[in-house]
Amino acid sequence: MAKQLVMGNEAIALGALRAGVGFVCGYPGTPSTEILETVAKHNPGDVYVEWSVNEKSAMEAAAGAAYAGARAMVTMKQVGLNVASDPLMSLAYIGVKGGMVIVVADDPGPISSQTEQDTRHFARFSKLPVFDPASAEEAYEMIGDAFDYSEKYQTPVLLRPTTRVCHGCASIEMDGSRKKIEPEGFRKDSKWVIFPRLTFQNHKKVEARQPVLGEDFSSYRFNEITGAGKKGIAAGGVSAAYAKEALAQMGAEPKFFKVATPHPFPERQALAFLDGLSEVLVLEELDPVIERELVYLCGKHQLPVKIFGKLTGHTPNAGENSTEIAKEAICRFLGLPAANEPETPLPPLPVRPPVLCAGCPHRASFYAVKAAMRGKKAVFSGDIGCYTLGNASPLDMVDTCLCMGAGVTVAQGLHRIEPDAVNFAFIGDSTFFHTGIPGVINAVYNETDIVLIVLDNATTAMTGHQPHPGTGKTMMGEISQKVDIAGVLKAIGVGHVGKADPLDLKGAVEAVKAAAAAKGVSAVIFESPCIAVTKPGPAYTVKEEKCTGCKRCIRELGCPAMVVEGKKVKIEPSMCYGCSVCAQVCPFGAIGGEGK
Amino acid sequence: MKNCMLAGVGGQGTVLASKIIAQAAMKQGLAAHTAETIGMAQRGGCVVSHVRIGADAFAPLIPKGRADVILGFEPAEAVRCLPYLKTGGTVVVSTKAVQPVTASLSGVSYDAQGMLAFLKEHAGRLILVDGENICRRCGSAKALNVALLGAAAKAGALPVSLSQIEETIREKLPERFLSMNLKALSAGAEAVTGGTDQ
Repeated sequence: MAKQLVMGNEAIALGALRAGVGFVCGYPGTPSTEILETVAKHNPGDVYVEWSVNEKSAMEAAAGAAYAGARAMVTMKQVGLNVASDPLMSLAYIGVKGGMVIVVADDPGPISSQTEQDTRHFARFSKLPVFDPASAEEAYEMIGDAFDYSEKYQTPVLLRPTTRVCHGCASIEMDGSRKKIEPEGFRKDSKWVIFPRLTFQNHKKVEARQPVLGEDFSSYRFNEITGAGKKGIAAGGVSAAYAKEALAQMGAEPKFFKVATPHPFPERQALAFLDGLSEVLVLEELDPVIERELVYLCGKHQLPVKIFGKLTGHTPNAGENSTEIAKEAICRFLGLPAANEPETPLPPLPVRPPVLCAGCPHRASFYAVKAAMRGKKAVFSGDIGCYTLGNASPLDMVDTCLCMGAGVTVAQGLHRIEPDAVNFAFIGDSTFFHTGIPGVINAVYNETDIVLIVLDNATTAMTGHQPHPGTGKTMMGEISQKVDIAGVLKAIGVGHVGKADPLDLKGAVEAVKAAAAAKGVSAVIFESPCIAVTKPGPAYTVKEEKCTGCKRCIRELGCPAMVVEGKKVKIEPSMCYGCSVCAQVCPFGAIGGEGK
Repeated sequence: MKNCMLAGVGGQGTVLASKIIAQAAMKQGLAAHTAETIGMAQRGGCVVSHVRIGADAFAPLIPKGRADVILGFEPAEAVRCLPYLKTGGTVVVSTKAVQPVTASLSGVSYDAQGMLAFLKEHAGRLILVDGENICRRCGSAKALNVALLGAAAKAGALPVSLSQIEETIREKLPERFLSMNLKALSAGAEAVTGGTDQ
């Protein structure tokens, strides 16, 4: 097959298919989402693919498939691994039969995440091997290696790409082959049942395996030492690519250690790198993992080598790296003159914060709650999804946001300390299924008076419109029974469950008022599909003769389709979805839809 | 190696344009790397695509001062990326400003003419493209990305020629969008003689 332009995430998916993966599951999360979608798109027919309800469910389902001898892959973003950490830690003791690769995408920057955590720590913590690709090309090869190592050592293996590897595209030669894997099936054995005694025995095996894996990795094909000299550079992941780019610009070729398997650390190879060096600069993103390993090795072997990096303040300890950062650090390290030319200062530039789309039903939902609570003491706990953008002015309707599902439970804590406030919890449909439901049960059980607002837009919008249990569609292209959110809420004992169309403002405000007045846990489900999964209605227009230029529509809603032209408001027709909310807000009847 | 940077606002079609450059280069047997903005920032935020053509690119992103050309989908975003332009590099920019969505709320719009003047002062070569007019003539706001490709290719600022871009568009784009995009491509190419060509 010819070379194709593929994204790093697509390369991981196509590499997994080449390696004979038979079971793929995960939960959407930037920057990991396209891996599973690509597997589904290129499914040769014999791969089972699912979006699981959350990462913990996905990890456990993948473990089951691997117990039965299939090659299984589970995908998630870094914070997803926090949710799946319970099965991860136990599975590290139990192990697998078929190859199992846990792909966890880290997000230095962060570009679209709530933490800058480093999955390499999870590898150390769980004592599982981790592969860290430096490019899309490498990721395509490495995913297959990860399956092989997983089967060789009968353990799950982590693959940890970062945003720039996930979302960078490269021209890659695809061979189109597929390894044939025939799962043996599950064989009953006490080794699959975790008990303290078994844990103790397996703990010893896991500890014994660590140095064996480190030795194995010391000759792994993507761990490499190049160059020569007394000063060395060690780098991992995409930072290795930045370092190479910087060195190419400088025309320098110091001794260079590219670490593709940060855990277990390839000690023998690292010692070969350290041999004869006086100083080392470490370039890596997120935490100083390679740096600590080298410091440890120098102590262990009493090597007179100074290690510089994040711990010594020689490289930044937050945010993503770049060629410029690498170049500056390397120049200082090698004692070369200042690397980067001074930049011409730029004029003040417009700030472009992300906003809810024109026509987004969340805008109407937030506005309805705001209108219903005007003059009342109320706190609005938010959650993870597009609707976090409801924090921006003029809506200003997200007072807290922590992690998936936390809005529901944070609201409960707030309410116990300030019972005179009305405590709202906003949650999207996909997040409700992910980790929202136990929080609602917690409120019902402990009789904590919160108002739950479910923003049901019939999709997982932020990550690019994936199906979920409420949509009745699966990644196998089948139609399944929809899980009914109202039915779930009633079944777990929520006394008042209202439903409203947020685009009908009057009805929406009434529904919120009724829920806020109800005793005990109450809920309103705002049902209106995401504009990206529906056809736009006819655009609304401003009747110039009626518009007084009061700009109430703009001040209250902040819709990106509304602009000021002269003293009047204009609706940009190419952006308007015809949601009609501005027409309902205008006090002068100056905004009309088709035929109005 | 040739580095092309595409800068605009979410929804303007920077990703498709970067893919067309990469695929046209791959047809000539060249290695290609691209990197895009994906995720939360897409919602009305600034978007930048990095296109690197040639086997000697290691990093996914173009280093500062190394872009051969910047395709600005609107003036302020071209200025924002200016630190990436190499000395003497080319800027191809649509003159129509896209005001930030917060402009109507804050009542503060930015001055596009000031941005264009800044570009003129600092770019080695500046090619102005009347994107608004081209989109009107092509009957679609989606014509801008291909029009900018047409101008950049005609100016010789891309690693591929105008005819190679056209060939790739014919191959990769759906039939129903083809005539609009081919019209946009030639309209963009025409802008090169009409623009400020220093």
